[in-house]
Amino acid sequence: MSDKITNILLVGVGGQGILLAAEILSETFMLAGFDVKKSEIHGMSQRGGSVVSHVRYGKEVFSPMVPEGEGDILFGFELMESYRYLPLLKPGGTVIVNDLCIAPPAVLLGQEPYPEGLELKIQELCPDCLLVDGQNLAIQAGNARAANTVLLGAVSKRLDIEEKFWLEAIEKMVPKKALAVNLKAFALGRSLG
Amino acid sequence: MKEILSGNEAIARGAYEAGVKVACAYPGTPSTEILENTTRYQEIDSSWATNEKVALEVGIGASFVGARSLVTMKHVGVNVAADPLFTLSYTGVNGGLLLICADDPELHSSQNEQDSRNYAKFAKIPMLEPADSQECLEFTKLAYEISERHDTPVMLRTTTRISHSKSVVTLGERVATVAEPKLARNAAKFVMLPGNARGRHYVVEDRITTLSKEGCSMPINRMELRDKKIGVITAGISYQHVREALPEASVLKLGMVHPLPFDLIREFASKVDKLYVVEELDAFIEDQVKAIGIPVTGKEIISLCGELTPGRVRKAFGLPENAQGTAEKLPGRPPNMCPGCPHRGVFYTLKQLNAYVSGDIGCYTLGFMPPLSAMDTCVCMGASIGMATGAAKVLSPEERKKVVAVIGDSTFLHTGVNGLMDMVYNKGAATVIILDNRITAMTGRQENPGSGHTLMNEPTNAIDFPMLCKAIGVKNIRTINPLDLDECRKVISEEMERPETSVIITDKPCVLIKKEGVFTPGKPLAVVEDSCTGCRACLKIGCPAIEWVPSSGKKGKAKIDPLLCNGCDVCRQLCKFSAIQEAK
Ligand code: SF4
Ligand code: SF4
Repeated sequence: MSDKITNILLVGVGGQGILLAAEILSETFMLAGFDVKKSEIHGMSQRGGSVVSHVRYGKEVFSPMVPEGEGDILFGFELMESYRYLPLLKPGGTVIVNDLCIAPPAVLLGQEPYPEGLELKIQELCPDCLLVDGQNLAIQAGNARAANTVLLGAVSKRLDIEEKFWLEAIEKMVPKKALAVNLKAFALGRSLG
Repeated sequence: MKEILSGNEAIARGAYEAGVKVACAYPGTPSTEILENTTRYQEIDSSWATNEKVALEVGIGASFVGARSLVTMKHVGVNVAADPLFTLSYTGVNGGLLLICADDPELHSSQNEQDSRNYAKFAKIPMLEPADSQECLEFTKLAYEISERHDTPVMLRTTTRISHSKSVVTLGERVATVAEPKLARNAAKFVMLPGNARGRHYVVEDRITTLSKEGCSMPINRMELRDKKIGVITAGISYQHVREALPEASVLKLGMVHPLPFDLIREFASKVDKLYVVEELDAFIEDQVKAIGIPVTGKEIISLCGELTPGRVRKAFGLPENAQGTAEKLPGRPPNMCPGCPHRGVFYTLKQLNAYVSGDIGCYTLGFMPPLSAMDTCVCMGASIGMATGAAKVLSPEERKKVVAVIGDSTFLHTGVNGLMDMVYNKGAATVIILDNRITAMTGRQENPGSGHTLMNEPTNAIDFPMLCKAIGVKNIRTINPLDLDECRKVISEEMERPETSVIITDKPCVLIKKEGVFTPGKPLAVVEDSCTGCRACLKIGCPAIEWVPSSGKKGKAKIDPLLCNGCDVCRQLCKFSAIQEAK
């Protein structure tokens, strides 16, 4: 095993299932035999605030936080939040982003516009960018709320980890009654990567 | 067995493995999940207390009769618990007692950034500081040994990035024999009258000297010698950032941050060319190292404010930073009250009435955010009522009427009730609104003495707020539906006019309560496009379900997201053009 540490950032809006996605990622890496650390902030951020979770794995991980500018993959659940956290990514890093806009308070109130053309701006800064229509694929899988698992599927294709560990982690972390939908959502996402 | 656990989960596991019988806390980010996780173990009696002082007192009671007990709180909670804590240092323990305090550098969800290590020094109590989840588990177990061996309470300090970060942990078994608690009478040790306490003070001082020596050979205080040019003394999460940013540097990693192992520090200092201390917040280690005459660099290069990150450590040591230039300015995304939150109507009304709002700690502190912008002060848990009393004492009769204290149910029971007793007793003339949403919402919906359920999820007695206020002596007590704006306005303005204490209690639950039968969402509403004139009245309550669509019509129109709307009906009452109606 090389000493290289892989740094993943999950960003989005409180309530989007980011914390669960980060749990599944971490579990997968542990099952695959790596040291894993994960970090995030709970509390206020759950009420619609901006959320960022760090997941790092490798032979031995020290800090639970991705050093600034060293993210390998930015895994975005919402466009503007993905754009906001791009500076955490290393030059040439990968972006996998859900094609979704959630208006923050100032936009809801009509005081500021939601920034336009973010898809293009992100693609310009990060050529290795995959835009995922998470919502629609999740509906195809059977539940609009499984968009996070669709995205996980897409991310899984970029990491050198056997599929069985992903499936084992999902089975362990997702509630029984939602499992079938989530496995389908994961497969749909994985077919994109 | 291996599992990925957060620091909080690992502490709960460590308490279980150590044979803890009683765990008690008041919820507070980032400490809350410790007690939520001790409930996984039937062997531990876990409970929410009304405040941190009471939680510690419960722990002390259990310890004095021989049980190992765990008490947890956030940093500002230690301020509340400080009174029993300082004397507990004198009495010592019977069964081991561990107090966890979770600090919040960077103030992710706190009102200040205080460094609890100072409490350990001030109260003369040993303090351990783990650097990852595995250490959270191990240090918890070790803390009970130290506690019983040295007859002292022990503090364990975490910070947000330890409490809420996850890492791989190897689990152990619960200790095979846990002593059964039984009455133990020892008045000379447990009754702190001056005559007894005087003698105990010597015990306290000796203990710290002994522990400082013992610390030099404790495996949790360890030298990691690598390149000798740079030597760093560090502890907790800072250790991880140092290893990340300066992989070649020699490190003295302290697992016990109070008392410090001074001989070991001297030895380490003699082995390296240049000595640094890397620590978050205060110069706690640095000042003590300097005081024994060892030159060291610390706060000259690392801020006294905010948390460390690997990048901030790199920067302090003059290493190139990797972060690229930041993107353009984007609209911020602050937290917001939930759609259908019962607090919204009250804050809207207070704003309309131009009240001077003495605020408190909880979800409703978000009433400060625009567009509601209806909170003028907020200092600490339970302070709103006392502060309102103070303001009303000195204002002119006309201005006095504007003073309204708002406080949540849990916060009222935490320490607000004391303020209300004072207000009534001293004839304070302000209005108090108890925002009873049946839960401790801010920290993630914890039960409290008003909610009717215990932490272990058993149904229990619930406080009757109107009766409680009556018993305190409040004469004017009214209950309102906070979702009815007319009623809010009528009742609140009437009570504000009164030249004596009034209490208004709201009676709608938090929308996030999942327990059946407590909160039932109403039917989602929708904006009838043709009727919407673009007056923007409905935007004044800041509901996240209502979006302004500038491109719609001449002036723009409002739109309601049916997936987010909880049907609270507040926006409908604001629309003069009946444009908001039940969605078809
Ligand atoms: S959690 Fe409950 S109390 Fe807090 S903002 Fe949401 S609805 Fe309101
Ligand atoms: S009824 Fe109006 S104010 Fe209430 S949740 Fe729905 S959109 Fe928001």
